[in-house]
Amino acid sequence: MFGSESKSERTEAPGGFLKRLRARLNRGNSWLTLDIAELVRGRAIDADILDELETRLLAADVGVEATQHILESLRQRVARRELADVDALIAALRATLTEILAPCARPLVIDPTHRPFVILVVGVNGSGKTTSIGKLAKRLTREGKSVMLAAGDTFRSAAVEQLEVWAMASGAAFAAQQAGADPGAVVFDALQSARARGIDVLMADTAGRLHNQSHLMAELKKVRRVLKRVDQSAPHEVLLVLDANQGQNALAQAVQFHEAIGVTGLVLTKLDGTAKGGIVIAIARKLGFPIRFIGIGEQAEDFEPFDAQAFVAALIESGPKTGAAS
Amino acid sequence: MFENLSARLTRTTEKLRGRGRITEDNIAEALREVRVALLEADVALPVIKSFIEAVKAKALGAEVSASLSPGQAFIGILHREMVELMGGARAGFSLRAQPPIVVLLAGLQGAGKTTTAAKLARWLIEREKKRVLLTSTDISRPAAILQLERLAGEVGAQFFRAPPAQSPAEIARAALDEARRGVFDILIVDTAGRLHVDEALMAEVRQIDALVSASERLFVVDAMAGQDAINAARAFGATLDLTGIVLTKADGDARGGAALSVRQVTGKPIVFMGVGEKTDALEPFDPERMASRILGMGDVVSLVEQVQREVTSDEATRIAQKVARGKGFDLADLKGQLEQVQKLGGMSSLLDKLPAAAGRRAVSADQGDREVRRQIAIINSMTQRERRQPGVIDGSRRRRIAGGAGVQVQDVNRLLKQFQDMQRMMKSMKGGHLRRLMGAFKGRLP
Repeated sequence: MFGSESKSERTEAPGGFLKRLRARLNRGNSWLTLDIAELVRGRAIDADILDELETRLLAADVGVEATQHILESLRQRVARRELADVDALIAALRATLTEILAPCARPLVIDPTHRPFVILVVGVNGSGKTTSIGKLAKRLTREGKSVMLAAGDTFRSAAVEQLEVWAMASGAAFAAQQAGADPGAVVFDALQSARARGIDVLMADTAGRLHNQSHLMAELKKVRRVLKRVDQSAPHEVLLVLDANQGQNALAQAVQFHEAIGVTGLVLTKLDGTAKGGIVIAIARKLGFPIRFIGIGEQAEDFEPFDAQAFVAALIESGPKTGAAS
Repeated sequence: MFENLSARLTRTTEKLRGRGRITEDNIAEALREVRVALLEADVALPVIKSFIEAVKAKALGAEVSASLSPGQAFIGILHREMVELMGGARAGFSLRAQPPIVVLLAGLQGAGKTTTAAKLARWLIEREKKRVLLTSTDISRPAAILQLERLAGEVGAQFFRAPPAQSPAEIARAALDEARRGVFDILIVDTAGRLHVDEALMAEVRQIDALVSASERLFVVDAMAGQDAINAARAFGATLDLTGIVLTKADGDARGGAALSVRQVTGKPIVFMGVGEKTDALEPFDPERMASRILGMGDVVSLVEQVQREVTSDEATRIAQKVARGKGFDLADLKGQLEQVQKLGGMSSLLDKLPAAAGRRAVSADQGDREVRRQIAIINSMTQRERRQPGVIDGSRRRRIAGGAGVQVQDVNRLLKQFQDMQRMMKSMKGGHLRRLMGAFKGRLP
């Protein structure tokens, strides 16, 4: 569950993560994978190929608007004869996607002047908040930081215990109250205690909530207000956790969570299936949130900073089979 | 967010008016709009393709009746087709097998299996008077077993906790033995979330199914799922001979196109829908409503149901009586009503559920929400006496209230004027059809 030694060694191998990422992102009969180059090799660019690209973008949940925007720019370049062949077309698609995502590839920097650096983790139900916190805690403790986890999900049964297991596995301190407690009170106490103990990073879990439930969004605002009462600059990071399996609604989630408490970064989870998480492209275009981490597996190590080039490459290059990228 | 499909189709089908019949030519643009709308609703591409073919076949040659707008006629065809595709032989459960009937839940991580297990247990206990045993074979997610054990306690089901270090298959087998020994009617087996491409875990869930010979094998899928839902559904369908689908988190504002996709690729009916965080928020699937929602036609029925869920019935009855008598409705009651609007997710959420025509008003939802908040603030700045007897509010009191609520005196005046209008309206309706309306409504309150 939490990864054995051999598994953590895997990440040490140079390029290991990239390779795994690419292998996992392209599992299954997914879009723009091995076959794209073969499918179109040697063919002139025609409407069919552009349609095929459209289909693949749509099937990756990129969404109608972003897909149209991306294809429009490609079509124009085809019309201007800037793209000689299909290879050039695919290179142009890769460039366009990277251009959209690259500004969002801003890693999470823990500013040491904030002690503790407070990370509030939010998202809809089942997006993977608690697991992401556990993985991030492990990562931070490995880097030698002292971490505390605050069990702000006091609603779902056993959510506190679930986080506690992660705290133990990562060697993080743990702050919790009884089930049903006010989440504001939990994070308030946690922040004071983290301060007193000189903890570097405090991560606060919150209950999953649908963004259209205004009373639950109000509760989140209260959590933020309470944090500010202890430290005016907190929270220093508000991470919105998005499930790569989600479709167009993820955009609405991003908009509304941002409106309520101000999102400062995204975590994209469950990229190890066949879902592509293409909605982040739409989110990147609309909102430009930094994408901090992606989750590509169940092990604590399967959690890495977002890298736009690797992400796009993993999606559209020929992958490990031809070893085109490294 | 997106322009409503009805509105778009009304525009694009306008030129059908007067043509008499729908032809391939004059419908092409409308079908493109349908495709976009379905993509925005997360219906999977292959499913959209076959749906559009089917609609086209039905629509071609259809007479555009003179009395209806062509757009409405076309939407009618769309809606009927979608209802037909999503409808199943049944909603709910078949409980006729030999007890203990075993229900197996499977799906991706975070789909909502554990919550659904508890909701199903509660449904079966309360509606069907069954004795239910719950068990969890999720040994991978920390505290997953504890989560279901606690939920079991909440809903009044028994929980089977296996000795530690047992495999999921062993747990399931032992739970079945326990269900037999304890003469339970139903055993619900929760499983760990798994990726459909994880062969080892897919084999594991098949093994669990074989061991407990489940009579219901339900695929649990998130209403917010995107295009990939069909890949997951197909794989789970190939691994387990699914008997049905549970659509979760349907209380969100996702259009829920995954419902149509998953229904299509598995060929299995959607039996239940999760519509909230509490364990009683489970409803039989209703294809009519889901079709309206996917097509962006609003969901008035769910609005009514949400009102019924959120509005406490005592409070509603009390106010209904006051309204029916035509007197006694005071500003404190008005505040209660305004707070209900907020509890229901605010104006924006309410307007979202209304069909296009009603939803697009001069006042934006946000303005509405601000107004509701302001009015509550004004009433909060009044004394108890002022709330009961607004007649005593003179100029000086108005200034004090305005200051307290941080608004202008005109805002206070406007609220009081509106309140007077409401009272007058209630008096005029006294004994009239409003009472009958309220009576009918009362019967439907929980």
